[in-house]
Amino acid sequence: MDKTVNQKAWFLVLPVFLVVAFSAVLPLMTVVNYSMQDTFGNNQFFWNGVGWFKELLDPSTDLGGRFLASLGRNLFFSLVILAIEVPLGIVVALSMPREGWTVAACLVILALPLLIPWNVVGTIWQIFGRPDIGLLGYVLNAAGIDYNYVSNDIDAWVTVIVMDVWHWTSLVALLCYAGLKSIPEAYYQAAQIDGASRWAVFKAIQLPKMNRVLLIAVLLRFMDSFMIYTEPFVVTGGGPGNSTTFVSIELVKIALGQFDLGKAAALSLVYNLIILIVCWIFYTVMTNAGAERKVQAESEPAAEPKPAAALKPVPALKPKEGVA
Amino acid sequence: MHSIPGRRLIMGLFLIFLLLPIYWLVNMSFKTNSEIVSTMTLWPHTPTLQHYKRIFTDESWYSGYINSLEYVVLNTIISISVALPAAYAFSRYRFLGDKHLFFWLLSNRMAPAAVYALPFFNLYSAIGLFDTPWAVALAHCIFNVPLAVWILEGFVSGVPREIDETAFLDGYSFPRFFIKILVPLIASGIGVAAFFCFMFSWVELLLARTLTSVSAKPIAAIMTRTVSASGMDWGLLAAAGVLTIIPGALVIWFVRNYIASGFALGRV
Repeated sequence: MDKTVNQKAWFLVLPVFLVVAFSAVLPLMTVVNYSMQDTFGNNQFFWNGVGWFKELLDPSTDLGGRFLASLGRNLFFSLVILAIEVPLGIVVALSMPREGWTVAACLVILALPLLIPWNVVGTIWQIFGRPDIGLLGYVLNAAGIDYNYVSNDIDAWVTVIVMDVWHWTSLVALLCYAGLKSIPEAYYQAAQIDGASRWAVFKAIQLPKMNRVLLIAVLLRFMDSFMIYTEPFVVTGGGPGNSTTFVSIELVKIALGQFDLGKAAALSLVYNLIILIVCWIFYTVMTNAGAERKVQAESEPAAEPKPAAALKPVPALKPKEGVA
Repeated sequence: MHSIPGRRLIMGLFLIFLLLPIYWLVNMSFKTNSEIVSTMTLWPHTPTLQHYKRIFTDESWYSGYINSLEYVVLNTIISISVALPAAYAFSRYRFLGDKHLFFWLLSNRMAPAAVYALPFFNLYSAIGLFDTPWAVALAHCIFNVPLAVWILEGFVSGVPREIDETAFLDGYSFPRFFIKILVPLIASGIGVAAFFCFMFSWVELLLARTLTSVSAKPIAAIMTRTVSASGMDWGLLAAAGVLTIIPGALVIWFVRNYIASGFALGRV
């Protein structure tokens, strides 16, 4: 299914290009502009070159120290939630009921946290975790654990992590479930005939089939946790002290709180650059995986059955029934 | 599909974990403030509707919901209408810079809102859109338009190319083919994309709060107002929170089978 070359297609893409350029390129130019200048107020700017960037990447200055500390915290946070959410999501996806109305019920309940406004997610956990009025905080304290996310660093971290697990594990689970559903029954029958163990089935059949969705899940979760702002801001406000101040929270503090335009702009650019690099790795790996699948499908069509929830069926290449 | 031992238990526990905090919010919204502060009760002993009544009768409260819905709907309409032709182009044609453009769109979906908060504030103040639903609707396009393009591209690719060719042979002009044939064929895809635009615009707060001050303030920003001199009005906060969950909960049912594909940017 080769696409035809047609430069007129640009006319169809033009509206998207204009809308996104208006809201992405234009603001970003302002940011670049600010990042090179300093101001004494009154809208008088003067050239500062790469001064802000030097300060930003030098841990001995105030700005650099704050940025690198929040970056470290943010990376640690992302790694922790990936380590919890990905295995948990796989387990939940494997635990989905097979058929009947319970499937729909589980899907709806799983999706529920994903559709709650982010600050309401924060509010829910703020209320739920408070030692005086929240069920969680009350029960923990009654059990003899001194839990208070407002004053204790570790408690604040645990609360933010549990909140994120609550909020986003469903995403990993739903993606894995979609991947699992695309495995044809014949694979399992073959495994049964071979006398494969439960673990072997998981390792040889289910995990490889989930590869693609897992890749998407890991990168979406990494991106979104790397730019997390609203939920921890509502629950802890970045505190106690600065212990849960992530990069976005630090950035908003500098930009909208102190109105330190130059510093905020320099931070924005470095932040954006990190995201762009990760995004590029993701895109390359994903398109390569897609190309590999196509090659595979062409050489041995039987090994590439049509996924149940496929959005991109390629009817000419993929026969519906496999002989596997 | 073959599941693991103890799956009912695992699923049950996980669902309880998901529902318990939400139950607590609903529970609080039906309690009086004195009950919330003074005792720990697992269900409202003196159930009251006073908080909901306050939200539905006080204009400063319910206008927040209207404001939110206004920019969310505007954003969904803009996103879908510009994304549809682009999705068709990406799915059917190869053109100069197509892959780079596709990647650039993806990178905008991933861009942190915090980076754009301040420049958006400047931009929309300069063109006189600050504090209008249009400002927020356009700002949310930065992540919703790419998402819509990615999702719709998947659905358009599912339509066999022979249909296009037959239509053009039958003398359909391009716009007529697009509206009469393609759009009805991918109607469910448009529904899914619209749902996801609606959702991501509905849950976002940072940009919505930064770009509004009084007349277009979203409900999520108004919720912070429950802090008063006499302390937090927890019941009111909980009731407002419950009301923001409802729109999402209502529409999940219709897209339950497509939720995964939408979250995967149309790539499942």
